[in-house]
Amino acid sequence: MATTAPAVPAPSLHEKLLRIWETPPGLFGVLATVDHKKIGKRYLATAFLFLLLGGLEAAVMRAQLARPDQHLLTPEAYNQLFSMHGITMIFLYASPILSGFSNYIWPLILGSRDMAFPRLNAFSYWVFLVSGIFLYSSFLIGQAPDRGWFAYAPMTGSTYSPGLNMDFYALGLILLTISTTVGAINFITTLFRLRAPGMSVNRLPIFVWGTLTTSFSMLFALPALTVACVMLYFDRRFGMHFFDASTGGHPMLWQHLFWIFGHPWVYIIVLPAMGLMSDLIPTFCRRPLVGYTYVALATVATGILGFGVWVHHMFSTGLPAMSTDFFSAASMVISIPSAVAVFAWLATIWHGRPVMRTPFLFAAGFIVLFVIGGVSGVVTAAVPFDWQVTDTYFIVAHLHYVLVGINVFPVIAGFYFWLPKMTGRLLDERLGRWNFWTMFIGFNLGFFPMHIAGLLGMPRRVYTYPAGLGWDTVNLISTIGSYLFAIGVLLFLINVFWSLRRGRVAGPNPWDGPTLEWAVSSPPPAYNFALLPTVGSRHPLWEERLNEPGSRSRITEGPALVEGRETLGVSPLDAQANEVLTMPEDSLYPFFLALSLLVTFYGLLTGAWALAIVGGVLVLVMTVGWLWPSAPVEEASP
Amino acid sequence: MLGFHGVAGSREAVLGWVLLVVAMIVTLVVSLLVLAGAWRGRTSELLPPQRTGGGLRWIVIGGIIVPTVILAAVFVLTMVTQAAVAAPSAPPTVTVQITGHQWWWEVHYLDRSPSRIAVTANEIHIPVGQPVRFELVTGDVIHSFWIPELGGKTDLIPGQRNVMWLEADSAGVYRGQCGEYCGTQHAKMAMSVIAEPAGKFNQWLVLQRQPAAAPPDPDVAAGERVFASSACALCHTVRGTLAGGRLGPDLTHLAGRRTIAAGMLPNTRGNLAGWIANPQALKPGSLMPVVPLRATELLAVVAFLQSLE
Amino acid sequence: MTTAAAAQRLPVDAGGPGATGAWGMILLIVTEASLFVYLLFSYFYLGSMARGSWPPSGPPELRLALPNTIILLVSSTTMWWADAGIRAGRQGRLRLGLLVTLALGVVFLAIQLAEYRGKQFTPHTNAYGSLFYTITGFHMAHVAVGLIMILVISVRGGLGHFSERRHLAVTNVTWYWHFVDVVWLAVFTSLYLSPRFL
Repeated sequence: MATTAPAVPAPSLHEKLLRIWETPPGLFGVLATVDHKKIGKRYLATAFLFLLLGGLEAAVMRAQLARPDQHLLTPEAYNQLFSMHGITMIFLYASPILSGFSNYIWPLILGSRDMAFPRLNAFSYWVFLVSGIFLYSSFLIGQAPDRGWFAYAPMTGSTYSPGLNMDFYALGLILLTISTTVGAINFITTLFRLRAPGMSVNRLPIFVWGTLTTSFSMLFALPALTVACVMLYFDRRFGMHFFDASTGGHPMLWQHLFWIFGHPWVYIIVLPAMGLMSDLIPTFCRRPLVGYTYVALATVATGILGFGVWVHHMFSTGLPAMSTDFFSAASMVISIPSAVAVFAWLATIWHGRPVMRTPFLFAAGFIVLFVIGGVSGVVTAAVPFDWQVTDTYFIVAHLHYVLVGINVFPVIAGFYFWLPKMTGRLLDERLGRWNFWTMFIGFNLGFFPMHIAGLLGMPRRVYTYPAGLGWDTVNLISTIGSYLFAIGVLLFLINVFWSLRRGRVAGPNPWDGPTLEWAVSSPPPAYNFALLPTVGSRHPLWEERLNEPGSRSRITEGPALVEGRETLGVSPLDAQANEVLTMPEDSLYPFFLALSLLVTFYGLLTGAWALAIVGGVLVLVMTVGWLWPSAPVEEASP
Repeated sequence: MLGFHGVAGSREAVLGWVLLVVAMIVTLVVSLLVLAGAWRGRTSELLPPQRTGGGLRWIVIGGIIVPTVILAAVFVLTMVTQAAVAAPSAPPTVTVQITGHQWWWEVHYLDRSPSRIAVTANEIHIPVGQPVRFELVTGDVIHSFWIPELGGKTDLIPGQRNVMWLEADSAGVYRGQCGEYCGTQHAKMAMSVIAEPAGKFNQWLVLQRQPAAAPPDPDVAAGERVFASSACALCHTVRGTLAGGRLGPDLTHLAGRRTIAAGMLPNTRGNLAGWIANPQALKPGSLMPVVPLRATELLAVVAFLQSLE
Repeated sequence: MTTAAAAQRLPVDAGGPGATGAWGMILLIVTEASLFVYLLFSYFYLGSMARGSWPPSGPPELRLALPNTIILLVSSTTMWWADAGIRAGRQGRLRLGLLVTLALGVVFLAIQLAEYRGKQFTPHTNAYGSLFYTITGFHMAHVAVGLIMILVISVRGGLGHFSERRHLAVTNVTWYWHFVDVVWLAVFTSLYLSPRFL
């Protein structure tokens, strides 16, 4: 199918590179590997597991809400479930799943051999895992966070929440921000240092632009969450007064800090997914993306504007009109870059020759859901109308159109698209179509009626509702639809497990894709590229056939770098090779550092200060051990 | 449906419906373009990639110009609506202070002379066709005051006093519910606004200012004694009796209310008895404890409460 | 010339200002700086919402804080001197500079603790107390981490790990130490000076 030959290395070179790059099998290899592909797959599997857990929580809630005045759940159980559903989906699924794709794909699509900081990458995953374990261990003692993912003070203070529930929340999220922050630093450094020579910034895939923008947003947004959670923990554990209005604190401080973080976070969990779509749609429309520069700029603009809209979560808190008007305008303006992206996709489809494979079906469905979620967002940016719909099921509908539409649908599309690269086998097309239509119909059936429930006055976060308010039918439909959606997700899982054994062999480039990840075998070897490629355009594997003027990429020739784990370092913007980077060996330190953090945080949680100190000392020892040079330090070669 | 019985609410609802119609048109147009585009050039094979010209016009027109025009219009409409609902047409004559509690609403009809302040709970009477000023405070966590048919929400936040107004344009009973998640029984923190002609409203308000009328009946008198000497009086006030607790709703004119337990149950003899006998069964987590009463005591307390017109 | 041949001529782990490790440190500083921005935002936000005077107990005294600020500024200079030393290949200057910086940092922490002892309020007194101790405490934690870093590179310097060409760790720690210093200036200006002007 593809006319550009994949880069198949000579057997001797292959053996030599494998010896250098491959992680040894066995327990040591499992815990010590720094291979971005292994870490990426772990991220994907773990985040997907959390999607299933969050989905299970939702399924129980939908059963409770199917009819009025039901008693399947106690109010306390419901409140823990809806809080953990939000925390799970937003923190443990939506962002990590995209980190998973980026981890796996970035070095391949950028033409490199690993991330800039492979050990930090391993650490990032382990901390994500332990923070998930930490948060979920709260269920073991029946004290899961129960104040919503937004955790408004003062209801989270020890007066109104005496259990450990919100300590799990505050500490669990602080732990998770460590993982996310080092991940962001890693992506940014990788982008600016570890690309194929010639891949100047105007040749980056949009998916890379998405993750890059997201990573910068994380660096500026996450500290607001950290500060808020530290204050919450100090208020609860040490009797401080940050959110206590009677002693000079103020509950609105929490809301400001939380939403300064929270709104950029919404863009953080959609921009890489939108980027993925911007690369996937052209592949299936058999033409380059229309308006590459517009879409790249729109991505960055959205990331920046995302910091100027947080108050639209607070329109009913009695802020002065001057302030709400500004944030209302900003919240409307931010939809323009999204409109740019939507019309770039539409134009690409219109001027292309689309092939109805499963990834494209999910992409087309994504565009529709994105628009519904987008316009319902604009509707809520209108302050007086927001006073009515805020904190109703209208918002529940809106946010699920945004998060499921712009995250889950692209993620499933991404699996159909890239899983063959990871496993070497294609998913089944027929089952794929069933999968798409079940999810698409189920989702709309489940979530569209929630708009109506909201307009009928049904508030969010209620464990039950009385009969006779006109909410019964829409809720029953929502429950049926959401179960259909869940069946769709199960069909996807069946397809994945089926394909692992029986799937058609994919070959290096099953979709005839344009970018570098399709130039290597499926699954790629541990070293990614035997000969490090040079890039001459945005579409290295299409450029021969597009036959456009300009330089040509070189896929089948380049430096092999066989003196050890080595890859090329480039200049930040125009990607000129300027050094050979020695990459680290596998290491157990990241794993044990993450474990030490877990010990520390359990100490902080329970007030077992001795345990916290032991953990802290271990953290110090592991960090110094990690950074201590393993081999005698040599002079840099000239 | 939201809005249409309140002066502010109607404006908000009109804005909302205009926005929703625009939103549906945009969704429809884009969905049709996806379908048409996918149908138009569809192929079954992955053809060789090819760059056909054009397409940028889509972005400039569909992605920039059209949305900017729509958004500008929407923003103007938003600002006009916001200005229109910012203040009532006439200065309100009635000011109601709402205090949110986990999980009920304390209602004070403010007056310059303290003796004329009326206190009630969960049911707010207002004169129809007149704007009413609401001052919103909370006794514990954040709540949100919301009567969907009359207007939008305003939060009750510790450390600040928010102000809003409502005006009902037709008489009726309008259900409201806490709009901000406030803990275990957030779902059952309802209230109602009863909009009635000014004369009827004033009569009601005068009655609310009075202490409870002396119970003429021996059962009622027995109930009053039980109420005043048991845990009931630690939390509830019945003006004109010894009961002066401040933690729970003022019950001075309880019998005049339509519902009990913050809009949860109709105010009937059976419901009242059931609620007092075991509030935790009906509203788990409620701050009202189970007060151990013998059956005769329970019936006497119910009789007493039912006498509080 | 093929790219393969060109790659043979590239330096291995060239270091310098664009080094991968330097990117990591600079991005860490960016996100840590944001953390302090949000802490100071909280200080000013609660100050602007305060009903009484702010700070409730009057502006904090400068008697210890001002000399302490000067000590930290001087330590930045000595750190710079150590870093410039190893860039010129002078091991002695590196060791001496690091030791002096270490000593100054410890003195800073000691004075800060002495100042805490003299305070009329605790973190539990009111929100101002919570802010004061949390913000200065966060800064102290960063000083402490910086001191551990300096200690580690002092040991490594003693073992001869650094040279004229290879000193990325020293440069990174220097960057971090300057950052800690600049944060202190922001904290000092906000907590100690701004109540005197605002």
